[in-house]
Formats: sequence, structure tokens, C-alpha cells
Amino acid sequence: MSVIQIDQVSRWYGNVVAVNDVTMTIGPGVTGLLGPNGAGKSTLITMMAGFLPPSTGTVTLDGVPVWQNQAAYRHIGLVPETEAVYDTLTGAQFVRANAELQGLSNPAAAATAAISTVELTDAAKRRISTYSKGMKQRIKMAAALVHEPSVLLLDEPFNGMDPRQRLHLMDLLRKIGADGRTVLFSSHILEEVQQVATHIEVVISGRHAASGDYRAIRTLMTDRPVLYRLRSSDDRRLASALIADPCTSGADLAAGALQVQVADFERFSRIVPALARDLGIRLLEVAPTDESLESVFSYLVGRR
Amino acid sequence: MNVTIARLTMSTLFGHRRGLLLFILPAVLLVLCVLLALTVDDTADFSTALLQMFGLAVIVPLVSLLAATGALASEIDDGSIVYLLSKPIKRSTIIVTKALVAVAVIIVLAAVPMVIAGLILDFGDPQTALAFGAGTLVAGIAYTAIFTALSVMSGNAVTIGLIYALLWEGVMGQYVGGAKALSVQQWSLAVVQHLTDAPHVKSDVKLPIALILLVAVTLVGITLAISRLRSLVLSTAE
Repeated sequence: MSVIQIDQVSRWYGNVVAVNDVTMTIGPGVTGLLGPNGAGKSTLITMMAGFLPPSTGTVTLDGVPVWQNQAAYRHIGLVPETEAVYDTLTGAQFVRANAELQGLSNPAAAATAAISTVELTDAAKRRISTYSKGMKQRIKMAAALVHEPSVLLLDEPFNGMDPRQRLHLMDLLRKIGADGRTVLFSSHILEEVQQVATHIEVVISGRHAASGDYRAIRTLMTDRPVLYRLRSSDDRRLASALIADPCTSGADLAAGALQVQVADFERFSRIVPALARDLGIRLLEVAPTDESLESVFSYLVGRR
Repeated sequence: MNVTIARLTMSTLFGHRRGLLLFILPAVLLVLCVLLALTVDDTADFSTALLQMFGLAVIVPLVSLLAATGALASEIDDGSIVYLLSKPIKRSTIIVTKALVAVAVIIVLAAVPMVIAGLILDFGDPQTALAFGAGTLVAGIAYTAIFTALSVMSGNAVTIGLIYALLWEGVMGQYVGGAKALSVQQWSLAVVQHLTDAPHVKSDVKLPIALILLVAVTLVGITLAISRLRSLVLSTAE
């Protein structure tokens, strides 16, 4: 069980601020680091991997700073975004070399096990230069897993993968997370994060925008206008009552059900049952229409 | 020294097309010597001049540049160094191993060809040939330290190294008075001069000073490389 703690971390390059006063804790399970390109995700992961010192603040693994701390790599497995590997080696040789560099007592067995975990055993004897992009990603994964690290960091691991490889990697990440290991991966594609991560950290323009599972992130955004769909015994009367309240900013009866634009979620959630009771209306259904991370995300991006 | 790192380094050095260059340079030296030995009757006059002005001043720095930057700068460039750095391994082990691999390559692809070249030019004087081999080795060690440090410190290690090798060592170190005293080539020539009786081998630098400078450059270069690697920032995609 390992915990990465990012405490009031900023990182700038010259005049450009890449990461701005970010504090987050990454614990066991799968965490998705989500944000648009250029949001500072890679910078954060590079700092967590100990290859970039924070300009201010601290990045620690189980309480120990990772920058200039080689011993930390016994516990960290890193799948870098860079595609370059020692591609004149075979997959098996490459993973084995990583096992040896970790100082494992039985590098050959560890390499074989890691390669079978990523299901690349058949191609292990081929040179990496002949691999597809997805296979390269998997051999990098095997190299990162070979010493069974308690922390696994992956920078944009799904880039360039076809859907089948993507599902396979998602499965693998879920399994590793379920083992109680700390997995953090970055992505700018929302559905990827949504499908794998039990926890999401959203980074936008170098700032920590939100944290939690994706429903929690949404709930946090109480001032976000959300479209709710209601079915009731009398939609028209309910609509007029709701539109009279400042917690809504619009109502639409056209779609066969009542759709309400909610501006103040907290107030809305309190007022709906009360209104229905007072008016003698039976509520049949109250549901948000877009529960997707996409809508949370576009809202968060648009707000800045 | 770490065997796995050495193996990986060899695969980077010779796994790509760039590795061929390492063979071409000594081949050019040897072909040139063979041609001269065949066409000129009395090679004794210029054999040491050729070994010095072409061998020590051009071939040795270039082979060293290719070996040392190929062992380190190319991995930093393409980012594959991350697989070495993300391991619980001392940074000094990484640098020293890579430097040793480079020196081994220089022995095989510069020092040995230099001895052979010397023998081709003047078979009756193996002592001079061996002296140039020794000079190549000490120069190669110093160059390796310089180019290893350069590899960690600059993203343009090859370009800067090439300019240094050709301009400073190749031209200034041969012809410009002040620069001679500060060129690895002249320091190594002092070693050659000490080991041979050949009349035309003459360094501008006295042997003790040359040795001190060679050792100093080597130590400073390697130390600098280690400390820079320790705080090497890997560039991020963003």
C-alpha cells in the first residue's frame, strides 16, 4: 500500500506555469489524471516519477521525496509516454534487462511472469522494432511491472492503441488496482478514464480542478447548470412551479417529459420534493440527463 | 560497472546505422596508410606526421565522439535513458559503465587500428606504432570524459562535440600556439613522444603537465557527468 502525496506543488518553466499550486493524494486503486492536452498532466507525472523537481512544494512517496531518490524506484513502475525503447532487443531481452537493473534475485522468472501478465508471450522472442504501437505499450508495461511495484505510473498509456488493446489494458489496470496497488494514469480522453478509474483527478491549465469519482466531481459543481428530466403526475404544473424558483433557469415540456435546466443543484434537490408535496403532484422520475464525464469536463474547461 | 547497462549500451551503439560510422573512420585511416605504403617508397619521413595529424588529431576525437555520445547522448535524446534512470541504480554506475564501454570501443576501433596503421607505414618500427596506440588510449579516455559530460549537459552534444573535435582538436590544436597547450591531442602526443624515439614526434606540452591535465580533464568530466545526471530533468511532452 503506497501513497503519493503532492503538496502545494507548482512548476514553472521560465515564465510559463505548467502546474499551479496543486495538492492531491493518490492512494491504492486506479486513479485517472484527466485533463486536456497541455494541462500539466505530464509535468505532474514526471514529478511523481522523480524526473523533475517541483519549483515549490513537495512530491513524496510514502512520506519520502522522490526527486533524487533512486531507492524510490524499487516501489515505482513507470510507463513513460516516450516510444523509444531499446528496440534492437527482443521483448524478452528488454524486460529481462529491466529485471536485472532492478536487482531482482531471479530476473528470468520475473521477466517471464511480467510478459505473460501483458499477454505478449508469443511475441517475446521478436525484436521490439517489429512490434506494433500497442505491443510496444505492452512490453513497456511488462518492463514496469517486472519488479511488482506498489505504484504504477502511466503517461497516456492508451495513445495509439486499437480498441481491443485498449480493453485489454483497461482490464489489466483494473486488476492491478484491485490488488491494492496504486495506479495512476493520465489521459485526455474522458471515456477511458471513466471506464477504468475508481477515482479521478481533473487538471485544467495547470490547476487542480476537481477530485473524486466522476459523480462526486459532478456533485461538487453545484453551480453547474445541469439538465434534469422529471416525470410526474402533472408535468405542466410542476414546470410552472419550478420555473418560478431561482434554482432553475429554464424548463421544456416538448420532449414528452419535463426537462429542467438546474442552476443551483443544492436548492433544486431540496425544493423538488417539497414542491411536489405541496402541489399534490406525484414524482415518477427525477434524473440528470447527462451523467457523462464529458459534460462535467466541458463545463470545467468552459468555466476557466 | 554494471553488465546489464553495458549490454544495453552496446545494443544502442551498434544496433543502429550510426554504428557503421564507427567502423568507417578507422577503415579510412587504414586504407589511406595502405595506399601510401604502396605508392611511396620511403614512408619514414611522414609516417609519424600522418599518424599525428590525421590519426591523433582527426580520427581519434571523431571515434571518441561517436562512441561516447552514442553511448549516452543518443539515449538521452530519444528518452530511452528513462529505463536506466527509473531503477535503484547509482547514477555514478550508469556514467562509469557507459564511459567504460566507450573506452572499450575506442580501444578496438581507434587504438588497435592506430597500431596497425603504424605498422603498415613502417613495419620496422613497432615501438612507434605501439606508442601511438598508447597515445590514442589516453586521448580516448580524456575525450570520453569530455563527451560524456557534454552528453548530459547539452541536447546538442553531437554538434558541439563535432565543432570542438574538428576545430579545436583538428585545427587549433595543431597550428595555433596557445591552443596547443590546451588540446587533448597535444597532451596525448606528449605521451607518444615519451614512448618513442621517432625524430618528428614533438609535443608542445611537457609530459608531467600533459599527464596531470589528462587526469584532471577525465576526473572533472566524469564527475560533472555524474552530478548532472543525478539532476537530469526529463523533458515532458507538454
